[in-house]
Amino acid sequence: MSGPSTYEPKSGFTRWLDKRLPILRLSHDSFVAYPTPRNLNYWWTFGSMLSLCLVVQIVSGVVLAMHYIPHIDFAFDSVQRIKRDVPYGWLIQPMHAVGASMFFLAVYVHMFRGLYYGSYKAPREVLWILGCLIYALMVVTAFLGYSLPWGQMSFWAATVITNILGALPFVGESIQVWIRGGGAIDQATLNRFFSLHYLLPFVIAGVVALHIWALHEVGQNNPTGVEVKSKADTVPFTPHATIKDLFATSLFVILFAVFMFYMPDALGHADNYIRANPLQTPPEIVPEWYLLPFYAVLRAFDFNIGPIDSKLAGVIAMFASIGVLFVLPWLDTSKVRSMRYRPIAQQCFVIFVAVCIGLGFCGGQNPGRILAPATFSATLNWVEGGEVRQEPVSADSDAGYAEAASAAEQALRGQGAALVASSRTGETTGAARGVFGGTARSQSVSAGTMEELDAAIGEAKTAAAASAPYFIVERRVPFTFTVTRLSQLLTAYYFLFFLVILPVLGLIETPRRVPDTIAKPVTGQAAGAS
Amino acid sequence: MLRALSISAVAAAAAIGVAFAAGEGGHVEDYPFSFDSPVGAYDMSAVQRGYQVYAEVCASCHAVEHLAYRHLGEEGGPFAAYMVRNHETGEEEMVVRKPEHGGRFVDVTENPYVRAIAQAATISDIDPNTGQPVDRPGRISDKFLPPFPNEIAARAGNGGAYPPDLSVIVLARHGGADYVRALLLGYTMEMDGDLLVNTAFPGGRIAMPPPLTDGRVTYSDGTEATVEQQANDVATFLQWAADPHMEQRKRTGLVVLAFLAVLSGLLYLAYKQVWRGESH
Repeated sequence: MSGPSTYEPKSGFTRWLDKRLPILRLSHDSFVAYPTPRNLNYWWTFGSMLSLCLVVQIVSGVVLAMHYIPHIDFAFDSVQRIKRDVPYGWLIQPMHAVGASMFFLAVYVHMFRGLYYGSYKAPREVLWILGCLIYALMVVTAFLGYSLPWGQMSFWAATVITNILGALPFVGESIQVWIRGGGAIDQATLNRFFSLHYLLPFVIAGVVALHIWALHEVGQNNPTGVEVKSKADTVPFTPHATIKDLFATSLFVILFAVFMFYMPDALGHADNYIRANPLQTPPEIVPEWYLLPFYAVLRAFDFNIGPIDSKLAGVIAMFASIGVLFVLPWLDTSKVRSMRYRPIAQQCFVIFVAVCIGLGFCGGQNPGRILAPATFSATLNWVEGGEVRQEPVSADSDAGYAEAASAAEQALRGQGAALVASSRTGETTGAARGVFGGTARSQSVSAGTMEELDAAIGEAKTAAAASAPYFIVERRVPFTFTVTRLSQLLTAYYFLFFLVILPVLGLIETPRRVPDTIAKPVTGQAAGAS
Repeated sequence: MLRALSISAVAAAAAIGVAFAAGEGGHVEDYPFSFDSPVGAYDMSAVQRGYQVYAEVCASCHAVEHLAYRHLGEEGGPFAAYMVRNHETGEEEMVVRKPEHGGRFVDVTENPYVRAIAQAATISDIDPNTGQPVDRPGRISDKFLPPFPNEIAARAGNGGAYPPDLSVIVLARHGGADYVRALLLGYTMEMDGDLLVNTAFPGGRIAMPPPLTDGRVTYSDGTEATVEQQANDVATFLQWAADPHMEQRKRTGLVVLAFLAVLSGLLYLAYKQVWRGESH
């Protein structure tokens, strides 16, 4: 792709060095002379931002590690000390925390761009897979890093995530203990999380080098998805791509700075300013925003699938939602790279992006929250006035109690009781009560949620309590469209997109015609193409 | 296509943000604190008064474990002292407030106000000569003396409820300083069992008795100590306690953003220059 090297050492020293270690030649060929398609748009500038993010995270992280104490009793305090007393700690700590969010923001745009323009298709499969590997490493690193401040959310996120690994069959429990370094999240966990959180960014840096190597071997894709045909279609990386990337990165840094200086805590959870307390579960346990979609997938499975219980199904789906990205190059059967020329795929892609955002919304909500209005109702039946008669119930055995109780109730009803009920006092004993005489009354109540309904029932009971000791309450629970239901729909589309839509659409879709100006080398139509 | 998509994505993200902001919890009124806006600074008189409320009221149950006495007198702290030349006498005088212009910051080790505050506390320590436990007056390097030696003692002294540490309380609660203020003003003076009804507290029932009453403290600057005034002041103090470098951060941010805006402009012009005449 790059062709023969055009590097010419200018001075005596560079000629000397070039014969011994051609590092300047490599840099020149990779970042100066490297031919880049001239029609790249701004979506192609996020790679530069990502390399900046990695550098910012490593540099700020190394400084933080000089002051951070990986000990369950001192970690929380040491983060406070960094923010209060370490020179410029008030700058470096938010830089690292906000930097993680910015890193994920940029990587998501980068990935969606690759998805839209078909940058994963031959010959860029390895490039895409390396990118997916970087992303997976980022997720692990971010999770490990989030546990280090040892706040409530750190501790409980670590607990939840290591717990779900325990759902794996056969090996789950061993893996869980192995990762935690013991039965529970404790000092051993914090120490190894810190060690790995320091290690993994350098692994990421290594894979990034491979990613760039693979990129420079196959060349960049471009918005048309049509391979570069000649040198005329390209411009040298420096200055053309460099200056464009610098401009876009500068805008990105402005967004970074706005968050860092003015909203350093806006992207985090307030509970992480509470010291970790293993004895107190926070009211809600949620990950950082960038992992919310996967959390929604995990929690979408509230049902068992055959022999797979709901917990394991959620874990499998969560890992599969990242895993499916790795095989994407072989799932999409379309010969056309860019969705610019795939009218149906384009619409499916838009829905896919909306689905991912929707999953993020679901991940941050209480799964039981009802999204569509629903009416819960109940009917209360009671007898006003009347006289209560009680009959003892006794059965021969524990198993025979239900039969004996219903027989006793039946007997009371036979005597003319308007309302009967029984309560159990021991293994084989209980009492059946019947209300005789009085007037039968009935009342219906309805409310928007189960809690409100219970409150309404309670009120109705209180209002009638003076005259009626016993009530029969029939609750009617309607179908409710909860966050979990929405997550299930969205999760279904997420997998449908990769496993059905892309494979099938590639075979049946009629792509738009690629304009001649693109099918031919650009310079011929220099005046027309812009 | 993608442009429309990105706009809708931003709109969706904003909608989600609003949805998150409208979370559960009690009723919290949005109060216009001086530090709310991107350029807003702390009202240092309010921080000083709030410190007085904390020290005379809250400190009997609540610790501020991350604060040391010296923090009060460091630059950006409520008792930071400055030497200012008096134009009439020509002599330098010490003032506890950053002057409009000029003024020389007095190192916290030389700050008599902070020293007096620290020395009023009695700290248990080990005598360096005998190795025996000994009580000594506080030094400015000491952390604020907690009201209870440990959590068990704190619970035992408060009917089983643990008064939380206040040094990062505004960051640890949704709503921040607004929440703290609303909580202090949210008592309806009704009881529910052993708990008190509070409109701002999540769940509506709180163990803490109403800490503030009119005139609970006597402000040295003559401000009338209404309950609301005390609540505003102590919320401001706790915001400062949680985020003492906010003013410095906002000031730096302004310079950084101005620099980045100019840089972006220049880079855009350079980009246009480089790509001039290139079809793309």
